[in-house]
Amino acid sequence: MTSQSLSARKVKNVTMIGLTVIGTILALIPLFSIFAYVIARGMPAINIDFFTELPKPLGEEGGGMVNAIVGTLIVVGISGLIGIPVGIMSGIFLSEYGRNRFGRFISFLTDVLLGVPSIVVGIFVYVLLVLAMGGFSAYAGGIALSILMIPAVTRTTEEMLKLIPSHIREAGLALGLPKWRVILFIVLPSATRGIVTGVMLAIARVMGETAPLLFTAFGNRYWHSSLSDPIATLPVQIFTYAISPYKEWQAQAWAGALTLIVIVLIFNILARVITYRKNH
Amino acid sequence: MGIEVNNLNAWYGDLHAIKDINLNIPKNQVTALIGPSGCGKSTFLRCLNRMHEVIEGARVKGEILVDGEDIYGSNVDPVTIRYRIGMVFQKPNPFPTMSIFDNVAAGLKLNGMRNKKKIREIVEQSLEAAGLWDEVSDRLDKNAMGLSGGQQQRLCIARTLAVNPEIVLMDEPTSALDPISTHKIEELVHRLKENYTIVIVTHNMQQAARVSDNTAFFLNGEVIEYNTTKHIFSNPSDQRTEDYITGRFG
Ligand SMILES: Nc1ncnc2c1ncn2[C@@H]1O[C@H](COP(=O)(O)OP(=O)(O)O)[C@@H](O)[C@H]1O
Ligand SMILES: [Mg+2]
Repeated sequence: MTSQSLSARKVKNVTMIGLTVIGTILALIPLFSIFAYVIARGMPAINIDFFTELPKPLGEEGGGMVNAIVGTLIVVGISGLIGIPVGIMSGIFLSEYGRNRFGRFISFLTDVLLGVPSIVVGIFVYVLLVLAMGGFSAYAGGIALSILMIPAVTRTTEEMLKLIPSHIREAGLALGLPKWRVILFIVLPSATRGIVTGVMLAIARVMGETAPLLFTAFGNRYWHSSLSDPIATLPVQIFTYAISPYKEWQAQAWAGALTLIVIVLIFNILARVITYRKNH
Repeated sequence: MGIEVNNLNAWYGDLHAIKDINLNIPKNQVTALIGPSGCGKSTFLRCLNRMHEVIEGARVKGEILVDGEDIYGSNVDPVTIRYRIGMVFQKPNPFPTMSIFDNVAAGLKLNGMRNKKKIREIVEQSLEAAGLWDEVSDRLDKNAMGLSGGQQQRLCIARTLAVNPEIVLMDEPTSALDPISTHKIEELVHRLKENYTIVIVTHNMQQAARVSDNTAFFLNGEVIEYNTTKHIFSNPSDQRTEDYITGRFG
């Protein structure tokens, strides 16, 4: 090997490293600028009232978004109660029992559902549920979000389970355990980490959804009196305030956006902590 | 009474991997299956505890009598067969999320045993029987993946013994292990035959000679010769057997 080709290789190496670093920075710039901008615009309107008070009527100073913060958690909670078990179960089905026509059909359906625009899901739930039940409600919002969550959870679960090598399943079967127990108590726990991460990402994704909630949960300036009533949510509240012509509302919209980002962040960190604990 | 195999055939899709095998495997002895790679030893072994059919597209035809009862009978549940006929695989495969203790206890706990004291007793006995107790007794709650390959394989043997099978099938249990671990497992096989009927696949001729009482030589999905190990290794009746054990092919 000549010294010339060696130095040529070094140049190539440094160039490649340089390119990947530049790529990484390019990817991180929007992330951090969004973060910095939202903090800068949101912080001024953040105060205790923002987290404890209901919105004030137009023209009055102050007020907060406590109903929307709680509302978002409730609606996302409902969607999780439906979407996580259904998604995990269909993921198990696809990975462990899905090698047949029905499985391929479900798999196809999941792909279709993944690609459906969220506003379409909103209209769908509006027509089927809101009109039928005679009004907007937290339930309708949760169901709309769960429809968005299910295909994502299904796919992650399926993929994580397929990563578990077949010799683990065989070891369980060879002990004389029924297949469903092997899946539930041996295969599934081995995939917890990936599934929890996938579920958290799915939650984070639906948490910011606005369009489907406009048709289903609608929004509420006050506390919802029951889950069958319209309910305030952060994305819808942000939307309403951001497009309003009032300076103070716009400032609160930024504060709402900051709150939403932080909630999503907390979810992600929680997921890491949980899975980290489980594996160490 | 052991195992009686009659006209056994097995397929992977269109591939006819096991062709009309007849074999009597005696109780409380070690029977070795030898033969070149791809000749169907693993497939045959997996037919013995109904693990073959777990693979997609795999099929079995024929009769395997264990204590006189056909394990392929129409009203036999494969799960109960696997409970009675344990299996140790080529690559050690402990359950990765479980502790050493839970690995051994898995077959009991997941089959519904609740008695903690009893489980503890069986786990200890099984680890003793697998010759692993002294090495792990102080770290039973540690993850099983922290053990060495040889220890993991003995853990898998302990896990198999814990459900108290009548027959233990081993598929090249030492092929991934170092000589010392191999030696430990061979000694173990020797001790275990007192209580279990053992069928062991090996590609290592010396191992077959060392541990087994009977040897079956497989070739292309058929049993070419089956006899006592002594006979097979000192005076094989088929030329192909002799060629194989003297290392002329395979
Ligand atoms: N999962 C499988 N799917 C399809 N064919 C297989 C599978 N496992 C083994 N075979 C084929 O069956 C034949 C016997 O294989 P095997 O029983 O594993 O042989 P051995 O254990 O003696 O090396 C080989 O031709 C092999 O390619
Ligand atoms: Mg094999």
